[in-house]
Amino acid sequence: MSETLDILVEPTLKTAVATTTAEEVSLSGSRAVLEAFVAEGVDTIFGYPGGAIMPIYDALYDYHDKLKHILVRHEQGGIHAAQGYARSSGRVGVVFATSGPGATNLITGLADAMIDSTPLVCITGQVFAHLLGTDAFQEVDVLNITTPVTKWNYQVTDAKEIPAVLAKAFHIAKTGRPGPVLIDITKNAQLDKFAYHGYTKCNHIRSYRPKPIVRKEYIQQAAQLINEAKQPFVLFGQGVILGKAEKEFRTFIEKSGIPAAWTILGAGALPTDHPLNVGMLGMHGNYGPNVLTNECDVLIAIGMRFDDRVTGRLDKYAKQAKIIHLDIDPSEIDKNVKATVGVWGDCKETLPLLTELVTPRVYPQWVERFYTYRKIEEESLIEKELNPLVGQLTMGEVVHQLNALTKGDAIIVSDVGQHQMIACRYAKFNQSRSNITSGGAGTMGFALPAAIGAKFGAEDRPVVAIIGDGGIQMTIQEFGTIMQSGVNVKIIILNNQFLGMVRQWQQLFHDKRYSFVDIASPDYVMVAKGYGIPGNKVTERDELQKALQTMLDHDGSYLLEVMVGKEDNVFPMVPQGCSVSEIRLK
Amino acid sequence: MSTLIHKADQIVAAPTKQEFTITVYAENQIGLLVRIAIIFSRRKINIESINSSPCEIESISRFTLVIHETEEVVRKVCRQIEKQVEVLKVYYNTNDEIIWQELALYKVSTNEIAEKVKVERLLREYGARAVVIRKDYTVFEASGHREETDKLVDVLSEVGLIEFVRSARVAIIKASAGFHEKLREFEAEQPSEEVVENEYLNRNEEVFTM
Ligand SMILES: Cc1ncc(C[n+]2csc(CCOP(=O)(O)OP(=O)(O)O)c2C)c(N)n1
Repeated sequence: MSETLDILVEPTLKTAVATTTAEEVSLSGSRAVLEAFVAEGVDTIFGYPGGAIMPIYDALYDYHDKLKHILVRHEQGGIHAAQGYARSSGRVGVVFATSGPGATNLITGLADAMIDSTPLVCITGQVFAHLLGTDAFQEVDVLNITTPVTKWNYQVTDAKEIPAVLAKAFHIAKTGRPGPVLIDITKNAQLDKFAYHGYTKCNHIRSYRPKPIVRKEYIQQAAQLINEAKQPFVLFGQGVILGKAEKEFRTFIEKSGIPAAWTILGAGALPTDHPLNVGMLGMHGNYGPNVLTNECDVLIAIGMRFDDRVTGRLDKYAKQAKIIHLDIDPSEIDKNVKATVGVWGDCKETLPLLTELVTPRVYPQWVERFYTYRKIEEESLIEKELNPLVGQLTMGEVVHQLNALTKGDAIIVSDVGQHQMIACRYAKFNQSRSNITSGGAGTMGFALPAAIGAKFGAEDRPVVAIIGDGGIQMTIQEFGTIMQSGVNVKIIILNNQFLGMVRQWQQLFHDKRYSFVDIASPDYVMVAKGYGIPGNKVTERDELQKALQTMLDHDGSYLLEVMVGKEDNVFPMVPQGCSVSEIRLK
Repeated sequence: MSTLIHKADQIVAAPTKQEFTITVYAENQIGLLVRIAIIFSRRKINIESINSSPCEIESISRFTLVIHETEEVVRKVCRQIEKQVEVLKVYYNTNDEIIWQELALYKVSTNEIAEKVKVERLLREYGARAVVIRKDYTVFEASGHREETDKLVDVLSEVGLIEFVRSARVAIIKASAGFHEKLREFEAEQPSEEVVENEYLNRNEEVFTM
């Protein structure tokens, strides 16, 4: 009965949304949610239904021409897929989950998105408002559970609130330093009808200042430090990508002539082969950037947050350098590393201002030092990793061969562990938004669902997931999502028959006491086959290239399992508690 | 000196811990208290006292928190608080930068009080007053700094203090030009329709003359 009514009002609704000066129509809360999505340009939703979110799923039935819904196999898969979508597309990822266990299954993804600044809007169903706090069936205090892992959250108990709250949610998720937002909607608010006046996007909230006002005096101070520097060094992070400032960044680097190194989330903001791109920072980063961090005279951090995996021991980190820190989030400045000059603002705005004031320069000798270190690293380590002639296959050569075949155009989604570090170190990226990985949280199980989402977010780009034999088993159920949605992702399992990264630590720091890192695997090719995904398993070097080519050429998803050296380690490595200049090559 | 945390040219961090009063102006919204509280609990910082009340601007709450920490930690925590969507502004101050009070209530047996005249004089000395007088007990109220209200506890304990309770600190920043001005500044940059102006504060010269 009510459904018919909804359909009847739909033509009016369309105009309503278009003009926003609508005549009043009667609308259910559920439809208001979906209208908000349409108005915000959402095209894909990842989700899993249940009792408390059923009214929204019911309304979704009528929106199949406007909103694509991907049924995942677990809510964690749903939120990681939305993260992958957001990261590959630069748009807001959207997730639906039901109350109670549906909502709690989102927590890992929320924590992951929070620390990696990924814009998400999650909608969770909640029990009827009159049942709140009564331990009703599938009632969980979602708001309080998610508070520490959301940029903002809100519980809607009245349908009338929905348009304004959703507008706020999108605004908060995608502006400033982006992040996940969760809206918990009680069942009555989904069902109730209210007088709908159209949807107005939100672009201002009194208490929310997404972008600090750029203070020119700090730009000037920064420029002066840069112009006086003899050995300046740039560290760039995901802030460049989130600010869509890749072009501005490149212009800055090229005019200033400063060598630049990246955090794993910053990878791809500057093409890998750019002559001033000197490599990866951090625990498993490149030799030169780590050592020379402690030799530069001015360190310019752009859109990165000095994570401990990047800095190593803080009291021995870049003590000799004057530090310039550009970040949109004022709370990041001076948080871990004290800045000589803090430049608060969106780097899309601050970088051009800075570029204008810096003198065009080149630092041939200084840049050469990075290349000298690279040579050392190549000879002692990279060459053996990428082009081994004997022994078992290495993770590095898989990535290396993949680069050759995809020519740096693929989106690489990596899981967590040794293979992640290898993928980040060796994958080549020609363009931004190509390296999707769980950086701050290090969430195993991320890659398979994130790759699915990444493909929906960038349908014209090849997506390759690189996953360990441990991580794949954490969200392997998402094979089902691939099967049902027909999405085209390539899955490479790098199987070392161990929880490799933990084993490496046990070997190096726990006297080789391999405690519960020996993990058995199913026959992945067969499992994939069960889900209608073709696959292949490679153990020999001379089969690798062809197998990769077959995988890439296949029209649709494909799984390739590669057996790699059981006890291979990832180097270089800055051991825990050491300074970046104590980086070990073996 | 009032320490606007927006300023980059900060006073150098003192390594020693001391008492800081944090003042938070925020939208009055359910759940915000938890958001603020977990910023402290996550860092294992104990909140000595916390008070939340409406402020002079409609729909805006003012939180007053007291913590014992180093200035560096306080500054970082304040930036995290200010980052919360609903929070408009955060200030932190040392004790010499604020005027503060705590309210205390003392329940004592009326008989004992009546018998001991000395007590009444003491009350006057401590600026306390009776809020309720019943046959069985009397409730006194006093406000002041911790040491002051504590002293009265000591004294009243001797005459059979039945119950004692003290409120969180409330504080006014001495040097602050007023948060309201700051809000107007914000709004001038990015105006919103929601801003509620307080007509009295706009004419503060006329209204608040002492
Ligand atoms: C959800 C989760 N649980 C545990 C860990 C700890 N951890 C980090 S790396 C790793 C091993 C990963 O093994 P595998 O997926 O086989 O990848 P490899 O290191 O062998 O490449 C583990 C257990 C984690 N990061 N995430």
